Amino acid sequence: MFPQKPEEKKMIYLDHAATTYMDPAVKDAMDPYFSDLFANSSGLYAIGRQAREAIDDARRTVADLLGTQVDTIIFTGGGTESDNMAVFGVALHKKIEQLKQTSAEVKGHIITTKVEHHAVLHPCEELEKQGFDVTYLKPNQEGYVSAAQVKDALREDTLLVSIMYANNEIGTVMPIAEIGREILKWRKEHAGKYPYFHTDACQASGALSLDVEKLHVDLMTINGSKMYGPKGVGMLYKRRGINLKPLIIGGGQEMKMRSGTENVPGIVGFAKALELAQSGREAENIRLRDMRAYFWEQLKAHIPKIRLNGPPLSDETVRLPNNLNISILDIEGEALLLYLDEYGIICSTGSACTSESLDPSHVLLACGLPYEYAHGSLRFTLGKRNTKKDIDYVMNYLPAIVARLREISPVNLSYNPDENKHAQYLQR
Amino acid sequence: MAIHTEQSAGAKIKDKQGGSWLYTDVVKDHFFNPRNILKHGEEETYSADGMGRVGSPACGDEMVLWLKIDKDEERITECKWQTFGCGSAIASTSMLSVMVSENGGMKIADALKIKPQDIMERLGGLPNRKIHCSVLGDKALHAAVNSWFRSVGYHDRIQVSGKKVIDAALNITDHDIEEAVLEGAMTLEDVQKKLKVGVASPEAIPEIEGLIRFYSDKYYGESAI
Repeated sequence: MFPQKPEEKKMIYLDHAATTYMDPAVKDAMDPYFSDLFANSSGLYAIGRQAREAIDDARRTVADLLGTQVDTIIFTGGGTESDNMAVFGVALHKKIEQLKQTSAEVKGHIITTKVEHHAVLHPCEELEKQGFDVTYLKPNQEGYVSAAQVKDALREDTLLVSIMYANNEIGTVMPIAEIGREILKWRKEHAGKYPYFHTDACQASGALSLDVEKLHVDLMTINGSKMYGPKGVGMLYKRRGINLKPLIIGGGQEMKMRSGTENVPGIVGFAKALELAQSGREAENIRLRDMRAYFWEQLKAHIPKIRLNGPPLSDETVRLPNNLNISILDIEGEALLLYLDEYGIICSTGSACTSESLDPSHVLLACGLPYEYAHGSLRFTLGKRNTKKDIDYVMNYLPAIVARLREISPVNLSYNPDENKHAQYLQR
Repeated sequence: MAIHTEQSAGAKIKDKQGGSWLYTDVVKDHFFNPRNILKHGEEETYSADGMGRVGSPACGDEMVLWLKIDKDEERITECKWQTFGCGSAIASTSMLSVMVSENGGMKIADALKIKPQDIMERLGGLPNRKIHCSVLGDKALHAAVNSWFRSVGYHDRIQVSGKKVIDAALNITDHDIEEAVLEGAMTLEDVQKKLKVGVASPEAIPEIEGLIRFYSDKYYGESAI
């Protein structure tokens, strides 16, 4: 039987990589801009000017945090939009340039990885249909793509390299600065302005440095909803001199790169959230890593036949501090997720049954995980409000639920504990 | 969270457009209290008359189903099962096991007529994209009945779901098209995205369209078309 439910149902939220609750300080910062200072920032009257000032201040805050100039920060409607804008924007600009030369045929090359978010992968697939060539780099079994792999894939006609800063499913941190240096070197040797380098930093914004000069990126995506900020607002960093065709055109807002009346409260909230996330990140990273280590020890001690997915937890340079992705053998992730939900425990799975496509996680499969492991995967992503007590609460129920599901499962996969050992990185 | 529960007969049993993840109270009840599970360790001692195993953990679904059958009456007296599957697979197989064994058991001939749509109706509906997960129990039942036919020597009654090649160029069968429809492909274009069927053999297209209509009717009801 399933374990007795607690008398008072708690909510233990362990899905911070999906989205976060909003920090009350962010909400306070946003509040005045809904009903009081609501004006269109292009208005010349006082409340319009106040809205304009709020956006300018937010842009200044964000630019300072990224170590760059204010005119490189474009506010958008979220991470997906920023990713689309980077990938399509670069390709479209090139396409128009080529079409101007009468004999030219549309072509160009893009490099990305098999573990990117769909907000990058699907635009790349779309561009393939339009005649562009895309290389999807295969990661090692920890989800890691090396700078050497990128270097080997570079071509004369490569327009864009788009590689995520940190992976949303298994927390792998990519060597962005190293890749950036390889691209700089290539551009210098070939005396060209391409390829540009884009990174999706949505998962990294609360945990890692966003200094665009040290990372050597030309384009960077961040969104509000993964760092205790508002949903529906994000930004794209665009280095000066980078050619990008805007996707949303009209009134010419955001330096003509993203038209539409600005989401003033959202922009204010975004800047506040980024400020809070970046200022407290080092202490929080240590706290999250400790909690995660405790969680994994407990899981290993109380649930047989489980496996850690992604990079080792001990190496802070290669894995986000809050991500724990495991496979529990012989049971299916979606069923487990629904039972956990009944006890107030919220997490996610790479099982096919939760995806639109009915395929299991493309990230886990790209890392070479067998299908039956991917179907039994669970992702826990810790956050601000979690404490060790939450982990203890989870451990009160999870082992018993797993045992119950194994009781009704006809599957008994062979289990080799050595699989928990991590292979050496391919190239480091 | 109670949805779909107070539906009158004939009301829509699932939301085509919604893509909802919400489950009915009946589904939840079967999910949290699955009926007729065969306990681990009893597989050897449970003297089943028929057994069917379908799917694999690599596909995300594996189902095993055991039947006890009264030979003279051709009636199912007990139906036990185990699954590696999602919530919908657990709930729908639990419901199927109840349907074939309740009220003294179902005649074999009637049990073979159960359609996924019938199970769905008893459950008060499933989210559309979860229908795919509910079909395996039905297939396991057919496999278990076939194994009984074999063991009692009714070889002529074994129902082999014959595959028919539709697109010779790609060796695509009617089963592949059934799978594609179950995965949500409702138009020729959707199915072609998944299978490339008929691209090299345009003469097969009318038959493909016919099969899409047939399977979407079978699994999603007439309103779907």
